[in-house]
Amino acid sequence: MRILIRDAHIVDPANNIDKTSDLCVSDNKIVSVGAIPDSFTPEISIDAKNKLLIPGVIDLCARLREPGEEHKATIQSEASAASAAGITGLVCPPDTWPVIDTPAMAKMIRDRSTAAGQSIVYPLGALTVGLGGEKLTDMGMLADAGCVGVSNGLNTVSNTLVMRRAMQYASTYDIPVFLTPQDPWLLGNGVVHEGKVSTRLGLPAIPEAAETVGVARDLALIETSGAKAHINLLSCGRSVTMLSEAQGNRLPVTASVAIHQLLLCEDDIGAFDTRYKVFPPLRTADDRDALIQGVNDGSISVICSDHQPHGADAKLAPFSEAAAGIAGLDTLLALALSLSSDNRVSLSTVIAALTCNPAGIIGLDRGHLSVGASADLCLIDPAEKWVLTAELMHSRGRNSPFLNRPLQGRVQLTMIGGQIVFNILDTDSQQCH
Amino acid sequence: MVPSDSKVQFDKNGRLKHFLTINGLPRETLVQILDTAESFISFGQREIRKVPLLRGKTVVNLFFEPSTRTRTTFEIAAKRLSADVINLNAARMSTSKGETILDTVRTLEAMHTDMFVVRDSASGAPHLIASHLPEHVRVINAGDGRHAHPTQAMLDMFTIRREKGKFSGLKVAIIGDVLHSRVARSQIHALSILGVDEIRVIGPRTLIPTEIEQMGVQVTSDMEAGLDGIDVVMMLRLQRERMDGQLVPSEQEYFSRYGLTDEKLKKADEGAIVMHPGPINRGLEIASSVADGDRSVILSQVTNGIAVRMSIMATLMGGQDPRS
Repeated sequence: MRILIRDAHIVDPANNIDKTSDLCVSDNKIVSVGAIPDSFTPEISIDAKNKLLIPGVIDLCARLREPGEEHKATIQSEASAASAAGITGLVCPPDTWPVIDTPAMAKMIRDRSTAAGQSIVYPLGALTVGLGGEKLTDMGMLADAGCVGVSNGLNTVSNTLVMRRAMQYASTYDIPVFLTPQDPWLLGNGVVHEGKVSTRLGLPAIPEAAETVGVARDLALIETSGAKAHINLLSCGRSVTMLSEAQGNRLPVTASVAIHQLLLCEDDIGAFDTRYKVFPPLRTADDRDALIQGVNDGSISVICSDHQPHGADAKLAPFSEAAAGIAGLDTLLALALSLSSDNRVSLSTVIAALTCNPAGIIGLDRGHLSVGASADLCLIDPAEKWVLTAELMHSRGRNSPFLNRPLQGRVQLTMIGGQIVFNILDTDSQQCH
Repeated sequence: MVPSDSKVQFDKNGRLKHFLTINGLPRETLVQILDTAESFISFGQREIRKVPLLRGKTVVNLFFEPSTRTRTTFEIAAKRLSADVINLNAARMSTSKGETILDTVRTLEAMHTDMFVVRDSASGAPHLIASHLPEHVRVINAGDGRHAHPTQAMLDMFTIRREKGKFSGLKVAIIGDVLHSRVARSQIHALSILGVDEIRVIGPRTLIPTEIEQMGVQVTSDMEAGLDGIDVVMMLRLQRERMDGQLVPSEQEYFSRYGLTDEKLKKADEGAIVMHPGPINRGLEIASSVADGDRSVILSQVTNGIAVRMSIMATLMGGQDPRS
């Protein structure tokens, strides 16, 4: 299929492009950005005036619930929801049931992703068998089977020696290690940030030190192991300072933050509102601002959804017993764009944090609009105002604190490898005869 | 502004319909509850101890956590108001598998319950229940996790007012395991709203929650300095069963620093009263000689609990002030 997208506001941070121009797609690839080749005869021509054209979003942290919790969501349901949200690649953590700790499990995820024919799922393999923190997995074979990195999910490897060896082993094959550093003892049974809200509501608390102690330990291990590390889901301002210093010392470490951590804080929990229960927990307004600053100065290079779809009953429980997490695919782009429209982060930084930066971390040659690249892209109407309702959510999980909130910027069309996987434009009228 | 965790307590017209937390309640409401309780206090001594304010109403005491005195005083209070009372000491699963807390409550509501008195080990459970019941059903929080125990705080206020006659000018100390104490949190809200002069919180740093100063209290770890000039000493139970870490080195060490003895009590005002929500750990947070001494009002607290709980139940059910 030959597709011409005309007059789009193209933002492609990998190529330093931010201009209004045309883009041509043919045979699954981008064939031009800028002047239309003389020989190009489009089958579909899309008028993209006043629309934003960006590379397809790569989401580094999305739980799809399959296998193990298909009553909440499936690869099919969530990959389709991702397509509708402009997300063309999804990285899923290994904490499924069974755990992704064998090549067969990794291959099954890839096969089901292919069968779904939507946003492409890239599994992370487990760092230790069963995420038990004791025995290393067959990381080399997991990578061969399609795992783009290894991770122990939210389970801390508390044995420091095992952690060091796991990092060393992963570095042998240059496999990225995804970390969510937490000190398990300081974490305890906490459910909210330790501060004024935990004190007022009498909820078990997670001190800042649960994260900073974990980050400090893991940075020291990264330094001695040489592992290519990615710290996922930061929540504390102090962690950003530590990360930034390590990066200044040329440690091979990158970091991501969940979009909700850039927009919400502990105060939003109000009266035990379980929609705001996430892990790591929402922290103070100062932490939120420091995380935004980290995105601005590049120490945090990735914004992810930390998508966690749940059934309705999972949040209908006392706060400490309710499930943590937000179904975040549907809102990732609109919320990220709000950072730019509110002048908190530049548009190109936001788009880079959603596209080329995450792609680079998992060594994926996507997330950019270079000529010859896979035609993974997303067309957005940046001016469209909409209100998120449960009915409008494509994810099977409807657990979002952003329900009934006004949003701006809506995905119009998503393309993966030249195939249109989501489209609310009237493309019939765009057929060229 | 009404704090967010208080909003669900009011109906559309701003009337109190649930009693979940003291935080955010108007001073007049607290005073009215105390005044109404005052009119009920004499009932205990009468030959006929019942009033028909809740006749035909069904009250379910739903206790997911064990309790003797709170549940018993609620039961007596409801019966003196002529309600039909059902006691359920239920265990529940703290996972999403099986029947949830809302399933249990909705099942009981379907049997036409008018009021739930709820105790649960999870902070916020009564809020959850109150937000998911029909408009006409009332919920009273009989203690939720570490969050609130508002009826205990009200009976404490009632006891203070009876003993001291007023709140203004009083200096109050709350001593012990504040971290795990729902009683302390509710006491702090009530004392602030009723306008005492000063609230001091005393305990080792491991038992004082972070940023509690934001609730309008002063924190000290020095018990003797903290007791200086205090009019009301409110002891907390050292909740041994909630000690999940190394919060206190030993019971002996704790008693030596924070156990209330006659000696330490001398630092307080000479007319100071000693309170405790019970059950008491004798020799751990309080010496028997103090608990049983002439400054102790611990048993009055229990007696007053019935009148105060009658008052709160009557207030929520829209019962008229029995004096009118």
